[in-house]
Parts: sequence; C-alpha cells; structure tokens
Amino acid sequence: MPNGSAAGHAEPHGHHHPALQHHFDDLEQQHEASTLGMWLFLVTEVMFFGGLILTYTLYRIWYPTAWAIGSEELDIYLGGFNTIVLILSSLTMALAVRAAQTGQQKATVTWLVLTMALGLTFLVVKFFEYKEKFELNHVPGPYFQFEGPESPHVQIFFSLYFALTGVHALHMIIGFALMSVITTMAAKGRFTPEWYTPVELAGLYWHFVDIVWIFLFPLLYLVDRHYVG
Amino acid sequence: MSGHISPKSTYYAIFGALMVCTALTVGAAYIDLGNLNFPVAFAIAVFKATLVVLFFMHVKYGSRMTKLIVGTAFFFLGIMLALTMSDYLSRGWFTSPNGTTGAGAITSLSGPAAPAAEPAAPAEPAAEPR
Repeated sequence: MPNGSAAGHAEPHGHHHPALQHHFDDLEQQHEASTLGMWLFLVTEVMFFGGLILTYTLYRIWYPTAWAIGSEELDIYLGGFNTIVLILSSLTMALAVRAAQTGQQKATVTWLVLTMALGLTFLVVKFFEYKEKFELNHVPGPYFQFEGPESPHVQIFFSLYFALTGVHALHMIIGFALMSVITTMAAKGRFTPEWYTPVELAGLYWHFVDIVWIFLFPLLYLVDRHYVG
Repeated sequence: MSGHISPKSTYYAIFGALMVCTALTVGAAYIDLGNLNFPVAFAIAVFKATLVVLFFMHVKYGSRMTKLIVGTAFFFLGIMLALTMSDYLSRGWFTSPNGTTGAGAITSLSGPAAPAAEPAAPAEPAAEPR
C-alpha cells in the first residue's frame, strides 16, 4: 500500500515526535502497544521458568532426602547476598525508569549504571559459587562425585540447580547487554518524558529476572534447611 | 505521557517490604513446619513477586489489557502447577493398603507386587523423612 489513506496524517512528517511510528495514532498508543508486546514475551518466559520449577518440585517430592542433602551443599550466605543485590538492582532499575519519566537524564544514567554494577556483582558471586561446585566435582556428568547412598538422586538435584540458575544467569547476561545499550542511549540524551519506552521495557525484563530469583532462592537454598539446621 | 509516575517513597517502601519478606523466608526455612515448609516458602515468594509486578513493573497503573495478559499468564501457570500436582500428590492415596498416603509414595494399581518394575523409588516412603 504505497499510498495509504491520508486521514489523520495531514502532516506526515510535521510536528510529531521523531520516535512516533506512522502506524500509531500517538505516542501513548505506541507505548501501550510496546508494553503489551513486552508482557506477551514475558508470558512465554513465565511458562518457561514455570515448567522448570515444576520439574524441580516433582523430583523434590520423589527424592526429599536427596533434595535436603543437595540443598545443604549450597552456600546460604552467598545466595542471600545475591538475593539482596538483585532486589536492590530492581530498586535502582525502578528509579532509573522514574528518572527517565521525569526527564532527569543524568539520574537515569546513574541509576542504570548502578543497576548494571549490581547485576555484575550478582554474576561474579554466581561465578564463584559455580567454581566451587566444579572443584568439588558436584557438577552432573561423568565426573560427578558425591558420598552416600543418595548420590544418584543428589546428581538430579544438581542438574536442576545448574539448569535453573544457569538459565537465570543467562538472562542476567542478556539483561546486562540490553542495559548497556539503554545506558548509551540515555547518555546520548535520546529519552524524554514523552518517549522513554526502551527504559521501561528493559525495566520490565530486569524485574522479571529478579522475580525468577525470588523463587529460586528459597526453593534451592532455603526450603530444606530445617533438616540439619 | 501515559506513564504513571510513582513517588520515590513508594519504591523505597516496596524495597523495604521485599527485604522484610526475604528475612521472613530465611527465618521460616530454619523452623520445622513439617509439610508446610515448602508451601510457606512458596507463598512468601508469590507475595514478593506480586509486589514487584504491581509496583516495580507498573501493572497496578497499567491498562486493563495489560492486566488481562499478566493475569492470564499466571492463571495458566496455576493450571499447569495445580493439575500436575493433583496427579502426583494423590498417586498414593487409594492404592496403598498400608496407608502410606504421603506425597510421592509410588504405588501401582496392581498392588504390592510392583517392586520389580520400580527398583529405586519405592524404597523410601516419602512420608518419613519429613
């Protein structure tokens, strides 16, 4: 359709915001459509992580002893520290979006950089947790070693531990990359109170990744502590 | 533009609530609540997630369409979890003559002659380790 109806487009390139695309009436509608699209993507993510968590729960029902033993191997202090770091990064992200909404460019960049720093902290801690598991041969596979009769089932626990935290960490890395693009855009002054959609959408993604960890921390690190503690 | 701008105090309050809930869930993990440890941990996590979705992700101020889509996601997630669990958690209920009705007690409909088919799992009556 090279010659679309001119109705409502009296000034095709006239006064509207440069970010407004032609198939939307106004920025508000465009923002609404973008938010909905992001949420639709997050719905698929909910089902994806939901399936993994369901798998975890079913095996936990089958092998409760192995789950308690495996869970005890995880460092509750590192896990707790990372939980605080990630929730804090959600706060800084929310404040970054707020700064973008109110047109405070410098604050937007500062909060975004802080968010990235916290995300990086999480990943570094996660790296050292993984490193310890590799040194102890607690990584599922041909070199897996674990004392006791529950060993094969503990291996299933560690498979799910690595699957869940690994996929989560991958989301963090993608989020970090996403965030560096958004931060660059913010530093160049691309966002205004009229148009800050990318910051908002990056925020939605970041908060979602935080929510996943909100479930992973108690399920993996905490829930069987009372057996020993 | 359309976006609702929350005061900073809201974000700080939500952050505080999330921290309190984290402390609660850590504390609850060390108390032996029997079969309730898992549901309690899960319920606190759901509450925390709800706070994040409503306030940090602005769904509270979002359009009805956004709310519908978010609600649908968790509704279907609920169906997946509830229906699957209703199967696995109830498998031992009516087939075990000796009354091991605990979650995960694997019993077959053909009666106690099952062990040959399932060597590993039935060895542990899941009601006991709790």
